[in-house]
Amino acid sequence: MALKLVVIGNGMVGHKLLEELAALRLQELEITVLCEESRPAYDRVHLSAFFAGKSAEELSLVAPGFFEQPGLHLRLATRAARIDRALKRVTTADGEVIPYDKLVLATGSKPFVPPIPGHDRPGCLVYRTLDDLGALTQWGARSRRGVVVGGGLLGLECAKALRDMGLETHVVEFAPRLMAVQVDDIGGQMLRRAIEDLGLTVHTGKNTQAIVDGESARHRMAFADGSHLETDLIVFSAGIRPRDELAHQSELGVGQRGGIMVDNFCRTRDPDVYAIGECAQWGGKIFGLVAPGYDMARVVANHLHALLTRTQAPSLPEFAGADMSTKLKLMGVDVASIGDAHGATPGSRSYQFSDERRQVYKKLVVSGDGKRLLGGVLVGDAAEYGTLLQMMLNGLELPEAPEFLILPSSDGQAKTGLSVDALPASAQICSCNNVSKGQLCEAVAAGATSIGALKAATRAGTTCGGCVPLATQIMKAEMKRQGLAVNNHLCEHFAYSRQELYHLVRVERVRRFDELLQRHGNGLGCDICKPTVASILASCWNEFVLQKEHASLQDSNDYFLANIQKDGSYSVVPRMPGGEVTPEGLIAVGQVAKKYGLYTKITGGQRVDMFGARLEQLPLIWEELIAAGFESGHAYGKSLRTVKSCVGSTWCRYGVQDSVGTAIDLEHRYKGLRSPHKLKFAVSGCARECAEAQGKDVGVIATEKGWNLYVCGNGGMKPRHAELLAGDLDTATLVRYIDRFLMFYIRTADRLQRTSVWRDNLEGGMDYLRSVIIDDRLGLAAELEAQMKRVVDTYECEWKRAVTDPQTRRRFRHFVNSEAGDDNVVFVPERGQVRPATAEEKRSRHGRIPVKVLAE
Amino acid sequence: MGGHDMNSEWMAVCKLGDIVPDTGVCALVDGEQVAVFRVGEGELYAIANVDPHSQAAVLSRGLVGNLGERVVVASPIYKQHFDLRSGECLESPEHAVRTWQVRLQDEHVWVRRDSR
Ligand SMILES: Cc1cc2nc3c(=O)[nH]c(=O)nc-3n(C[C@H](O)[C@H](O)[C@H](O)COP(=O)(O)OP(=O)(O)OC[C@H]3O[C@@H](n4cnc5c(N)ncnc54)[C@H](O)[C@@H]3O)c2cc1C
Ligand code: SF4
Repeated sequence: MALKLVVIGNGMVGHKLLEELAALRLQELEITVLCEESRPAYDRVHLSAFFAGKSAEELSLVAPGFFEQPGLHLRLATRAARIDRALKRVTTADGEVIPYDKLVLATGSKPFVPPIPGHDRPGCLVYRTLDDLGALTQWGARSRRGVVVGGGLLGLECAKALRDMGLETHVVEFAPRLMAVQVDDIGGQMLRRAIEDLGLTVHTGKNTQAIVDGESARHRMAFADGSHLETDLIVFSAGIRPRDELAHQSELGVGQRGGIMVDNFCRTRDPDVYAIGECAQWGGKIFGLVAPGYDMARVVANHLHALLTRTQAPSLPEFAGADMSTKLKLMGVDVASIGDAHGATPGSRSYQFSDERRQVYKKLVVSGDGKRLLGGVLVGDAAEYGTLLQMMLNGLELPEAPEFLILPSSDGQAKTGLSVDALPASAQICSCNNVSKGQLCEAVAAGATSIGALKAATRAGTTCGGCVPLATQIMKAEMKRQGLAVNNHLCEHFAYSRQELYHLVRVERVRRFDELLQRHGNGLGCDICKPTVASILASCWNEFVLQKEHASLQDSNDYFLANIQKDGSYSVVPRMPGGEVTPEGLIAVGQVAKKYGLYTKITGGQRVDMFGARLEQLPLIWEELIAAGFESGHAYGKSLRTVKSCVGSTWCRYGVQDSVGTAIDLEHRYKGLRSPHKLKFAVSGCARECAEAQGKDVGVIATEKGWNLYVCGNGGMKPRHAELLAGDLDTATLVRYIDRFLMFYIRTADRLQRTSVWRDNLEGGMDYLRSVIIDDRLGLAAELEAQMKRVVDTYECEWKRAVTDPQTRRRFRHFVNSEAGDDNVVFVPERGQVRPATAEEKRSRHGRIPVKVLAE
Repeated sequence: MGGHDMNSEWMAVCKLGDIVPDTGVCALVDGEQVAVFRVGEGELYAIANVDPHSQAAVLSRGLVGNLGERVVVASPIYKQHFDLRSGECLESPEHAVRTWQVRLQDEHVWVRRDSR
């Protein structure tokens, strides 16, 4: 008989337990999962990413097909209402009775809402689930001002989300400083300034006594000191309380301050009932972080495994408490707290450094003998978080003068920081997924030599992302140690990566492929390196791609400035910036299509694609299109395709900015820009996002104040939402950021690497990208802008050039020794247009449309 | 163009200058499409123009280069490589294409007509 396991709660920790059990491949197990929410587990840690464009699907933690495994039953929207421990069964809110042999409570916690009179008025919300975010979005749309009650980690995250929604946002904190648990007074002051720089208003030391009807807004919050604040919506983020109501009901033993009491194996006082995650209390503490919860899930999975397989396990893993160091994940605000941040350990000493101009504050707490790191606070610059954390966790001996760990170095040299070599193999690098340094090194040895591959192989860095810089450092050190030079050579002709070649071309001012091949390569080149170098040359110097010395480098598409189709015919796409086209333009396109018998179709990028053009027709077609005022649409190139737009404020009753105008300007600016892969843009006139800008490499969405800039989105095979790079930009800043973004991508990406994949492989991810683009951390901004300016200033329509250049024009014929066309290109009619004939149809030659080659 | 050699075994298809170095052109030789390539200044190769994978007559429009010892063209449709000397397809040898003899004389490119 299979053992019946019931798991209550399919949150982050409950789901981790299921994953661990699935990995152990237990046969004799029937698992029923009761999930109160309407969707299965999702990444609560990254809940706020929902506002930066992540969809509920993208936040899901459930691998495709996971719940289809035999022996696994998921009940969505089902709340457990009662536990009967004597009869060993659970009753759901709908009255269904489910028997169990073993029971796991993974019910998490709920936001604490202080019992202030008026706390339950409409428009008083919390921030915990995707449904909460849905409600917040709805109320937010009807509000001008929002207040977050609580200035802790979650409260600040929530406040930032309100701010990004365009609300005037206030944070009301009872304590005298923000993040009172994690930082000290000075740190709190610095943090406050950084938060205020984000455009938030902070009120500390405020005790809310009542919420009543407001005069200028929906609510009025009355404070104990007699002051008040009016607001349209309120979010409570004043701490969390474990969801232990079932434990109360079934008398399982609940701690004084809440939490289901468990032992080292996460068992409650009933040996058949476990509790894990935020609902559990161990050693008098509850753990409001995901990593300890994941630890507990592993402990229980191993415990069940031992039970089921009846293996004697002398050393089953036990839960042994957890480190509560944390880092705030707010864009532009670095705050981290490590271990004993307040110096509460008897005899401890501390070092502090503060720089009011740069708004940086750092503190180290060390043991009385100065040998060990006990804790620390980092505000304004948390770059050392990973290394300091490891020093503390592994009890590494501190250098003689530990202050240098936090002091800025005068010579710009690397600090006497932590060498990853000093870390033992057992050091836990990713606490969320329990990945040790040893495991990372093994994965590197097994071939994971990029951070993307390393993440996929070990799952390190895939939850909170805090360990990615350290994991990268370890990866590099390990590769060096194993003598593994990363081979990212472009092809057999160049022992360089695309990025290195780009650099060589720029620095040595190389203008021709031959020159580059002679100096840095060997052989003749191939279909990999030729187009890559052609693209680099075009990005840098923007010379005519069909110029004699560049012509032989181009892919067939670029060589004939059209898209080759499966039968060897071509398609033609004139540019229609922003998807705007005049009736005359449309008529001209229609006439050309009709005259040359082309199949026409509207593309996803808001323009017209004409198929079935023969090579020799291309210049004739283009002459007519150019005469009608059209330019090349670069549909054939690895370059800017389209800037899609919605009609925006000009016509749409919801629009807040002129999305079409901006789309057209952007399309004109970047048209012709050659890049490692194709680039797609879109501009929406308001948050309703009708242009689907968040699925593009560059997405621009209008706000009341300007534009939100999203980057690195992608449709296609692996769709991915773009992420917010910066918000509320004026148009000039928007353009500057896009200039920098594109040029930085062109400079550093691999061959055929879309922006989304490029971003996944960027060490430091979005934060790093922001620091480069917005804060100009590499000091590159001016250079990138100048390089873009050059490309913009030297734009010319390739087709105009091609049709007027007799040399180039001569190449557009099928036979070098005959005026005949390719008799292999045959069309048949379908739905009033043409399509390529199938092989069968060609053989029978029935229904063939004789193609006239039109010569002028 | 299209002049004939005295013994009409060879056919002049174009001038050398009609082929951009490191590219190909397509010539009509007795009703067949022949892809003629110029590698570097004066090295010449000729293979069938029809790509056996797509049945499109496009090999002359592919990118020319080398893979190891072999001089190859990459089909512009699905990117398989064809050895310009032997016509062999590197990715799937069963898809080899026909080759022609080709030579340079008097600044003209000549293809041998009966080289089957
Ligand atoms: C905005 C936000 C940001 C965060 N950021 C971080 C961070 O940066 N780092 C970090 O470590 N942690 C962070 N956390 C905390 C982290 O999300 C939690 O520690 C983690 O989700 C706990 O997992 P859990 O499974 O115990 O609880 P939950 O994920 O809350 O899951 C509990 C589930 O059980 C369900 N449930 C409860 N009772 C019942 C019942 N009777 N029947 C059926 N189902 C029930 C609930 O509906 C819920 O779906 C953040 C949390 C939030 C809200
Ligand atoms: S995104 Fe906004 S402005 Fe644009 S069409 Fe949709 S609703 Fe209108």
